[in-house]
Amino acid sequence: MFNPPSPHEVKILTRRFGVQNSHTIDASLAHQGYDGLKKAIAMGADAVINEIKASALRGRGGAGFPTGMKWSFIPRTSPKPKYIVCNADESEPGTCKDRLLIQNDPHSLIEGIAIAGFTMNSNRGYIYVRGEYRYLIYILETAIAEAYKHNLLGQNILGTGWNFDLFVHSGAGAYECGEESALLNSLEGKRGTPRLKPPFPATHGLYQSPTLLNNVESFCAVTHIIRDGAADFAKHGPEKSGGTRLMCISGHVQRPGVYEMPLSTTLPFLINEVGGGLRPGRTLKAVQPGGSSSPILLPEECNVGLDFDSLAKAGTMAGSGGIVVLDDTADIVAYALRIIRFYQHESCGWCIPCREGTTWLKKILERLNQGEGTMKDVDLVGELAKNMFGRTFCALGDAAAWPTGSIVKKFRGEFETKLAAVQARQVPAELVNIG
Amino acid sequence: MATTTAPPTVINAKLNGQDIQTKPGTLLINLTKELGIEVPAFCYYEGFSLQAACRMCLVQVNSSPKLLPGCTTIVTEGMVIETESPLVVEARKSMLEFLLTNHPLDCPVCDKGGECELQDMVFKYGAGESRFVDIKHHEPERPFSPVVYYDPARCILCYRCVRVCDEGYGVNALGVVNRGVLSEIAPNRGDQLNCDECGACIDICPVGALTSNTYRYKTRPWEMKHVGTTCAHCSNGCKTTLGVRNDEIMRANNRDSSGLNEEFLCIKGRFGFDFNHHPDRLQSPMLRIDGDLQPVSWSKALAAVAAKFNEVKAAGGKFGIVASNRTSNEENYYLQKFARTGLGTNNIDHARTGDVVTLVDALSGKQGKLATMADLYQTKAALVIGSDLAQQHPLLAYELRRNWRHHQARIYAMTPGPVREDKYAAATARVAFGEEIAALEGWREQLAKEPELLILFGDSIKGASLRQLVDFGESLGIPVKYVALVDYANSRGAIDMGLVPELHPGFVPSGQPGLTLPEMLDDSQLDVLWVVGANPLANRSQANPKAFVVVQDLFLTATAARADVVFPAASAYEKKGTVTNVTGEVQRLTAAVKTMGTKTDLEIFGLLGKEMGLELGIWSPDAVFNEIRQNVRGYNVTMPILATGGAAPTTPVNGKVNVETRSDLVHSAGDTLFTSGSMTKYSQVLNTVAERPGQLYKPV
Ligand SMILES: Cc1cc2nc3c(=O)[nH]c(=O)nc-3n(C[C@H](O)[C@H](O)[C@H](O)COP(=O)(O)O)c2cc1C
Ligand code: SF4
Ligand code: SF4
Ligand code: SF4
Repeated sequence: MFNPPSPHEVKILTRRFGVQNSHTIDASLAHQGYDGLKKAIAMGADAVINEIKASALRGRGGAGFPTGMKWSFIPRTSPKPKYIVCNADESEPGTCKDRLLIQNDPHSLIEGIAIAGFTMNSNRGYIYVRGEYRYLIYILETAIAEAYKHNLLGQNILGTGWNFDLFVHSGAGAYECGEESALLNSLEGKRGTPRLKPPFPATHGLYQSPTLLNNVESFCAVTHIIRDGAADFAKHGPEKSGGTRLMCISGHVQRPGVYEMPLSTTLPFLINEVGGGLRPGRTLKAVQPGGSSSPILLPEECNVGLDFDSLAKAGTMAGSGGIVVLDDTADIVAYALRIIRFYQHESCGWCIPCREGTTWLKKILERLNQGEGTMKDVDLVGELAKNMFGRTFCALGDAAAWPTGSIVKKFRGEFETKLAAVQARQVPAELVNIG
Repeated sequence: MATTTAPPTVINAKLNGQDIQTKPGTLLINLTKELGIEVPAFCYYEGFSLQAACRMCLVQVNSSPKLLPGCTTIVTEGMVIETESPLVVEARKSMLEFLLTNHPLDCPVCDKGGECELQDMVFKYGAGESRFVDIKHHEPERPFSPVVYYDPARCILCYRCVRVCDEGYGVNALGVVNRGVLSEIAPNRGDQLNCDECGACIDICPVGALTSNTYRYKTRPWEMKHVGTTCAHCSNGCKTTLGVRNDEIMRANNRDSSGLNEEFLCIKGRFGFDFNHHPDRLQSPMLRIDGDLQPVSWSKALAAVAAKFNEVKAAGGKFGIVASNRTSNEENYYLQKFARTGLGTNNIDHARTGDVVTLVDALSGKQGKLATMADLYQTKAALVIGSDLAQQHPLLAYELRRNWRHHQARIYAMTPGPVREDKYAAATARVAFGEEIAALEGWREQLAKEPELLILFGDSIKGASLRQLVDFGESLGIPVKYVALVDYANSRGAIDMGLVPELHPGFVPSGQPGLTLPEMLDDSQLDVLWVVGANPLANRSQANPKAFVVVQDLFLTATAARADVVFPAASAYEKKGTVTNVTGEVQRLTAAVKTMGTKTDLEIFGLLGKEMGLELGIWSPDAVFNEIRQNVRGYNVTMPILATGGAAPTTPVNGKVNVETRSDLVHSAGDTLFTSGSMTKYSQVLNTVAERPGQLYKPV
């Protein structure tokens, strides 16, 4: 269910994870569950938004947009219905935190969504769950039913006269439906392709109405920020990247897992002290610090903080918090192919450069991985990635091009070695006489 | 309200180094188009929703670090735009390179070769050689319907077809399935289309992914002559461009958007021209000899008819002349002149399909009351009474819908059954034929609040009820315009040219008694029945079986089969002249092809008159049209509009018509989207599509 915790963790969002039956409302209520909602109701909407702004919370879905600012964009007094949408489509390779939050503490998510609902004067919320996370739907629906029973959802919540209904909607297995506007299309029953922006979901979201859309972890953070105050959260990170985040470290480390770490944590600390370091005798080859969409870092670039701004400065991104560590045994060509296979499979097909670009890149990388092709093909990969980057309709195309471009640039030598090795290989004796 | 600053009325920007000015809210791609600078695009299509999917129109704008799509970027004050910078040129080239990776490049056999937007763009902006050496993704082509074929390999996923079908026609029969590189266009009923079969998707497709069964693999575009003319079927009067090769019509479309219908055509306009080449076309005059119709020479047939006509005329016998809803204004004018001055009879009529006469009379003394086609797209509100426009008046339905999409026009529909307008109308009501006037009172308050109104009504509104409708409209206190819906390509011209006993051309009372169409057939004393492009004996017989029957037609209709003399007539696609559409606009017919052995009706009239020794004037279309312009009120239209293939609005009389018109004879034939009177039988396309009247897409 959950990897053993690390002593270096700061457990705010994961504070109830060890509690028995932590997914039930009883366990939640026994550990200050829904105190944040009550406090939000007492504070009023403006104070809630100011508190979130003060927490320096940035979106945990990937883009890292300041959450308080996003909340302040919603036209709360619009005569149209206002919707709260939770993005639980978690599909970024390397990222596996939202599911733990839902599995272990669904009530902290429901509470965060309810706080948003109250703040935005909304009467309806949706949790859009990744299609493969079917088992989480049962957990969520059970938890929602409990919350209804305790008058924490439904009609006249806690005697305020405010009504709020919350629904769970299953995705159908498309990474692109994690992109906010494609998610809204999918939620409306349409094809999961992204929408033109502007207008943005804040004003023209679900059913063309004002919509607040946040990641699971962002909503969970809100619950704790409101309950314990912004300062208590903000202090764990640098000025513009407040709080803790669930960092998912995978790959060639000894203790892979999901750890709630302050955003002031550095990458070497995470790898060595939290992740248990590399396997004995191995050396670091590369790190992807923000999910499969982030440009790769060479070992010498790894001395970097894990907050949003430090990673951006290092030419990559914090993304969704998936940190993939590769040691010297990793075949970087195969790794590049694995990444592009994912994006090629997930490209929604709406725009030309992503649809055709990912397909072409996959074909070339497949060849290169077989040891076929020439170094000209390696250059071509770099050029195609460059031609895609910044020119696709949505960020999926960028997410495919950016890491791929960085890999061929930084690891050209690896490609050369692989091609040379395969091409120089003696043909096995038993095959010599065949045709 | 005193201190708000007025929004700017002009935007200053810099385009490729030049200072330019434009209106606020202008899309960058439209700005460049206005200035004659090409920014290529596949998915952008004026009038339809924005996609920004093809990424061909990426340009450089100073406000953005990334290239921006011209199709969704609005020009703002101080913007510095580059459309030809090295970065933009390189981006375009790479986009085409991406696109070609999975494109089959079978241009030598592709229908679109020579007029393909992809071909043109690669020619202009593409790379000289391909860096793609891998295997292309391929899917086989497949029929979506008897007219629409889809070749997924050629599809560039620009979604134009999806939008024209959904947004344009309101049919929504095409969608996208699968994901990524496997994405393709799919029809709405399993692997088949259930739709209007209009073929708009085929024409709007920038490449050869959608092709028509009637045209595919038959010819190359440059082997054809392209002839602009007017559709031969319904009264809406769509301009169509016929692609002609070796005296055969290969296709019809209107890609140059030149007519009042812009690009619109329905199945009949786009595919229903095939009647013209039906093997049953009459190609020789026929004379009844020994009880059988036998082919004879033109001179023999003309002589026989002239002799009989002179004989009956001399004996003071009775003629009955049944005119057509499809012949040209020139032919109609000449025919009524033939009847009235040549034969001395007023017994001339046609199958009347709309009560235009009462409408003109009821509106006497008022100006600007008859709507033009442009009004349908511009009016703020429209009321449809007793007609399923999508079935019977496809262009009108399209224009109203377009008006709603672009200007949020408010549409009211009062019809006996469900209609396509229901989906977006401000109000709809199910009202039986004949009960509309009473039901209208319920909408009075709402309608009176509209700034203006355009009322379209079918054949259930005629005579007294039409006068009541006009009273209702004129009592609303807002500007109201009217359209009397009529059936066929020149139904309106038939009335305007006086093909009824009570009126001379231009709504001038004839003042003489004359037989109406049913009266002719019921008259046991009738000596001659002369039928031009009509089929009055389709379901009935005539009271005098011995009457001498002369028929001019394309086919051996039920009436022609009973004739004594049959003249093979040329079709509307084979003659020069003009026709007048449902909204009173005159348009040109151009002779695109010729069927051997036929003559135009005008020529037949002329030769017959000459044979009889009559002096009816020159029978060239130009000469007759000149006469019409001089003699027929409202037809003094601007010639350059006509000559360039435009639609010239007529200005019919304003003033009492002063006749008792036979409104009771007004009956619409009730054609659907897939029928066209007797001609339906001879169009293979109209007979092979799966849709049948009544099965047509209906809103649920
Ligand atoms: C291709 C693509 C996939 C995405 N997938 C997810 C996802 O699975 N979960 C998520 O929360 N955000 C995802 N996002 C980011 C969302 O678009 C959006 O920025 C985010 O959900 C906003 O929430 P936040 O502000 O709380 O981060 C994705 C973005 C892109 C471009
Ligand atoms: S970049 Fe284009 S094809 Fe790729 S997922 Fe986004 S919209 Fe779809
Ligand atoms: S079939 Fe033609 S119009 Fe339709 S998406 Fe494909 S290329 Fe575009
Ligand atoms: S709407 Fe009428 S005029 Fe236009 S194409 Fe169809 S049949 Fe012809």
